[in-house]
Amino acid sequence: MKAFTTHTGIVVPLDRANVDTDMIIPKQFLKSIKRTGFGPYLFDELRYLDKGEPDMDCANRPLNDDFVLNQADYSEGSVLLSRQNFGCGSSREHAPWALEDYGFRCLLAPSFADIFFNNCFKNGILPIELPEEQVDQLFAAVNAQAGFALSIDLEQQVVSLPDGSTISFEVDSFRKHCLLNGLDDIALTLEDAPSITAFEEQHRIRMPWLFS
Amino acid sequence: MAGKTLYDKLWDQHLVSQRDDGTALIYIDRQLIHEVTSPQAFEGLRIAGRKPWRVASNIAMPDHNVPTTSKERSAGLAGIADQVSRVQIKTLDDNCDELGITEFKIDDRRQGIVHVVGPEQGATLPGMTIVCGDSHTSTHGALGALAHGIGTSEVEHVMATQCLLARKMKNMLVRVDGELRRGVTAKDMILAIIGEIGTAGGTGYALEFGGDAIKALSVEGRMTVCNMAIEAGARAGMIAVDQKTIDYCQGRPMSPTGELWDQAVEAWRECVSDDDAVFDKVVVIKAEDIAPQVTWGSSPELVGAITDRIPEPANESDPTRRNSLERALEYMGLEGGQPIKNIPVNKVFIGSCTNSRIEDLRAAAEVVEGHTVASNITLAMVVPGSGLVQEQAESEGLDKIFVAAGFEWREPGCSMCLAMNADRLEPGEHCASTSNRNFEGRQGFGGRSHLVSPAMAAAAAIAGRFVDIREMGEA
Repeated sequence: MKAFTTHTGIVVPLDRANVDTDMIIPKQFLKSIKRTGFGPYLFDELRYLDKGEPDMDCANRPLNDDFVLNQADYSEGSVLLSRQNFGCGSSREHAPWALEDYGFRCLLAPSFADIFFNNCFKNGILPIELPEEQVDQLFAAVNAQAGFALSIDLEQQVVSLPDGSTISFEVDSFRKHCLLNGLDDIALTLEDAPSITAFEEQHRIRMPWLFS
Repeated sequence: MAGKTLYDKLWDQHLVSQRDDGTALIYIDRQLIHEVTSPQAFEGLRIAGRKPWRVASNIAMPDHNVPTTSKERSAGLAGIADQVSRVQIKTLDDNCDELGITEFKIDDRRQGIVHVVGPEQGATLPGMTIVCGDSHTSTHGALGALAHGIGTSEVEHVMATQCLLARKMKNMLVRVDGELRRGVTAKDMILAIIGEIGTAGGTGYALEFGGDAIKALSVEGRMTVCNMAIEAGARAGMIAVDQKTIDYCQGRPMSPTGELWDQAVEAWRECVSDDDAVFDKVVVIKAEDIAPQVTWGSSPELVGAITDRIPEPANESDPTRRNSLERALEYMGLEGGQPIKNIPVNKVFIGSCTNSRIEDLRAAAEVVEGHTVASNITLAMVVPGSGLVQEQAESEGLDKIFVAAGFEWREPGCSMCLAMNADRLEPGEHCASTSNRNFEGRQGFGGRSHLVSPAMAAAAAIAGRFVDIREMGEA
């Protein structure tokens, strides 16, 4: 996994609540057996005017000019700002794969859906929950200034604005550790293999029908 | 000391280790695997040179991509017309064959939607921890189990370590008191709950459903309720074990027998919240207040009673919510103030992990029997949840009732719930659907989904529009 330490990037405002994983990456692209290549189809139904299919060459597809990713000011964006309950719906990890493949490294919203939130940390993306008022202020700032960028420092747990002001944020210490170091958590868990084996032996005695 | 909730008990019984930072390793008893969220996990295992920790804890089947027409299904894997889907399903077959994982392949009569097949086979049982790379894994919580969806990285993690890295969730109880009125089903109950608490209302919680109205449901009805816990934001939904749960599990192919059965039942009877358990949040709903529900927007929380009108966005004071309502109505081609009964219907889908079990098909067939699908309905289809549900329905003659009325009777799979196969809506089409998500494009690009119970979907097919099932019964 790609480590996340600090990141500075243009903020893309996606001003809607309950952005679901079907919206982030529609199901026809889930037929892929790979982890990569989903970026061109990120937000496919919002981004293009035609119906997307796997392996389509997106260079020639008609764009929805009203959609934020198609606007010149945001074409280099790598920080996504959105509203509450971002990532709701299915458990598809294709959603963070698509965001990451497109180039997003950090997501800001008042709240995230649980499974999506967890999936982000496995893919080098930092989702940050901020209070509603701060999200409102960020939307206002992004809309007022083309090229509005934020700097995110995971170690310090701080988001810095262009005017020098900062917003601090919370992050689970284990997830922070894994993200800062780009760690594979399977390897970490397997360091605990003796505990798993010991638990399993006891579990087998308590609930033998699970092992018959 | 306060008693424990069902979730607390299941957590404690599976806790391998607890770290100071709040994360824990939880032992997983059962992993269900399907073709869409597993190929990258198998590949990850292979690249890292790892083997599954306990092969027998995994059970696989293709469901999301499988075609549902008998023409395509009759030739098994080779018959799948969509080449990309065929590759994905073959990849699952190859991975399972290589590792020795039990798989119900496309031509196995036990194949079906993973959340229908798990309980049907006794592969998912009370007291278990159950995961699957699918958010509707919450379904299995209906048996008094801790079951939830996980991402593909976690699928790989569970394969390799038999454990999940997790943080303990908070406890929430949704208590449905009283008795459901005639014509009101488990589906209406969960839609009303989501309407009440919202699609993020359960975020961060393990959600237990309780109260007399929940106890009165059949185990299949309880599965419908737990299935949609995720639509209220809760990864896991669960219901306490009672005699109905135990009776349901008895005699299933993978259920324990003999002495092990007795031992299991004794343990399963403890899979209930203690009387003095404390929940972080309690929501109480009166069953009598619930009418048949229809979603009118593009989120499951945008739902109302069949007798309601669609809300006016202008009356909404919160700007983000007003904006959501306006967008939803624009997408759905509907207007605020419009009676829900006036929403047009073009297609009808009866199926999905929410409502494709035998009781669902019986409820729909009862409404359909002796009637004909309305002429404005271009497609009405019934997709059983598994090959065994299909067989059971056919043995009861339900297929003949549906076909005589003008429905298509299909082969088992996820089908139009998420339209990964050929079953889908065209832009602008409205669908009365027994599935779980009405997101934009979910059932097909530009499609408009209205979530309802099987009886309400059947009634919509016959009437050609949404009708109050309670009135239909009296006619």
